[in-house]
Amino acid sequence: MITAEQKPMQEIIRYLAPYSKILLVGCNECVTVCAAGGRKEVGLLASALHLNSLKQGKTIDIKEITLERQCDPEYVEELTAYIDGADAVLSMACGCGVQSIATRFKEAHVYPAVNTKFMGASLSQGVWAERCQGCGDCMLGITAGICPVSRCSKSLLNGPCGGTSNGQCEIGPETDCAWRLIWERLKALGIQERYEELNDAKDWRPAGGAGPRKIIREDLAL
Amino acid sequence: MKTTSRLERVLASGAMAVTSEVGPPRGVDVESVRTKASMIKDHVDGINVTDNQTAMVRMSSMAAGVIIKQMGLDPIIQMVTRDRNRLAMQSEVIGAAAFGIDTMLCLSGDHPKFGDHPMAKGVYDIDSVQLIQCVKKMRDEGKFQGGAEMKGNPKMFIGAAANPFADPFELRVMRLAKKVKAGVDFVQTQCIFNLDKFEAWMDGVEERGLDKQVHILAGITPMKSVGMARYMKNRVPGMDVPDEVIKRMAGVSKEQQPEEGIKIAVESMERLKERKGVHGFHIMAIEWEERVAEIVEKAGMYPRPQV
Amino acid sequence: MENFEPEIVAFCCHYCAYTAADMAGSKRISYPSNVKIIRVPCTGKVDAIHIMKALERGADGVYVAGCLEGDCHFKTGNTRAKQRVDRVKKILGDLGWEPERVAMINMSAGMGERFAKTALEFTEQIKTLGPNPVRQAEIQPQTMG
Repeated sequence: MITAEQKPMQEIIRYLAPYSKILLVGCNECVTVCAAGGRKEVGLLASALHLNSLKQGKTIDIKEITLERQCDPEYVEELTAYIDGADAVLSMACGCGVQSIATRFKEAHVYPAVNTKFMGASLSQGVWAERCQGCGDCMLGITAGICPVSRCSKSLLNGPCGGTSNGQCEIGPETDCAWRLIWERLKALGIQERYEELNDAKDWRPAGGAGPRKIIREDLAL
Repeated sequence: MKTTSRLERVLASGAMAVTSEVGPPRGVDVESVRTKASMIKDHVDGINVTDNQTAMVRMSSMAAGVIIKQMGLDPIIQMVTRDRNRLAMQSEVIGAAAFGIDTMLCLSGDHPKFGDHPMAKGVYDIDSVQLIQCVKKMRDEGKFQGGAEMKGNPKMFIGAAANPFADPFELRVMRLAKKVKAGVDFVQTQCIFNLDKFEAWMDGVEERGLDKQVHILAGITPMKSVGMARYMKNRVPGMDVPDEVIKRMAGVSKEQQPEEGIKIAVESMERLKERKGVHGFHIMAIEWEERVAEIVEKAGMYPRPQV
Repeated sequence: MENFEPEIVAFCCHYCAYTAADMAGSKRISYPSNVKIIRVPCTGKVDAIHIMKALERGADGVYVAGCLEGDCHFKTGNTRAKQRVDRVKKILGDLGWEPERVAMINMSAGMGERFAKTALEFTEQIKTLGPNPVRQAEIQPQTMG
């Protein structure tokens, strides 16, 4: 899933300073799972913004709504009913959602309430770690299920480098050495000889090197 | 010979080679390059020029290499894949060759986090193994990494780093095998303090016959003080400093420690000279270049052979 | 502010804190009438938004009182409550409000004295902090929209 974290409160307050009627839009997918921008977080942020305004002797009008997703036009369309009643939109979705709203409602002042972080998986309650950088040409089949692009700090395809320490990356003991993990997996699967195969220089075009990416599925277009 | 490299000639002659290094300045200070190179010039077969070492910006390794080449000496330019993409690296290799530089080292590079620009984007377009493949392809096939033909192959003697001490240990021989497969001509190892472990690595290397496919230069660093020894033991990733070495350094007075450090370095060289798979030494005397000559002489490796 | 009588909301769990409050009552141990008790089955039922809304509506201080750590009748309810109280404290800090206006308190069912003591201490603390900034601004708090 896409992970995100709420922006610092003062940054959000700064964005909203010129406005008095806010449409606060949450998203029921990824940001709900990582507790950054779902229905609950919308409620909390609205409450915090109220407390902030009330303390300054001002009022702020906040309409709270949480869409199923903000990255599909059919759902974003639901905002039509509320968009004119607001002078700014604060989206708690990832960057994809914020941009979908800005694209659909060209006259709306749209602001992000979260910082989108990475594509990751849950390790345990409240802990998410980066797992995929969307390189567009998945190598997991040859690295026994551990990604060298996203999990090696240097994206080495023929690692490890000489900096591994106690099985951890040179950048710090909290980061596993991806190549140590790959090696352990190869051993567990009995395919150690795979390690000595040279991985050629990666073509980064599918990873975005050829410009912003698009998928077009003609078999799905109506 | 594949190249005009003096290092290649010395190694091909069967003599043991010696290399050392010069760290370029953090600014436009041409004299410091000349001064450091002059200190070691008669005692080495090649002078490594580091490349933004520890991710701190310094005069480019190519530029410092050119200064050294123009002194009539033999620079070995280091190139890390952290700071340049494959276009820039191939371009740099051609540029270096245009100035007569004929020896280089292909490295990944310390992570930007350690340096003075942790906010920078590490490039890592290709890794050190792929860089070796790339330079070999340019030299031997006259082709760029992308496949197109080039006009004028850069004749580089290709080196890489090897670290027998990083973990997992069992992978370290296989990693050398990968670099050999990629086409490396010589490797310089991480500095050796744990000679037993190094010799265990050499056992694995010789067992696979890798010592016949690549020239191995053993890395040697003289300790200046027990503080330095402890720092290297505890704070430098991939470094193995046994307690006996710390004890030895701590066992003499502060004034005596530099001499003890040099003694340990020379003893290591004497022991490793006996190892047939070791074809020379790479002396890394960080900020202590003035003692390199003495170390080489005490280890009985002066004068350097005429080749 | 002279004669400031704070409005305190106390979310008390049925199994421990509310029972302790009852005990204080039956033992005639008095505690400030500023404290308005809301009984919940478990403090784990209290979410961050409940605390925030209480403040929005003008409460000068809010605390969540549950079982002793490790003794929650529902195992981890009081742990969740503590985390939520901490979350609200952080939000208050980010807004420039006093995080001390909210607190998590733990006690067992038999601790009538402790209930009364903590109620008094918290009330005194809020007295020193002064009224809720909302009330200081003299704007009517938002009603639930």
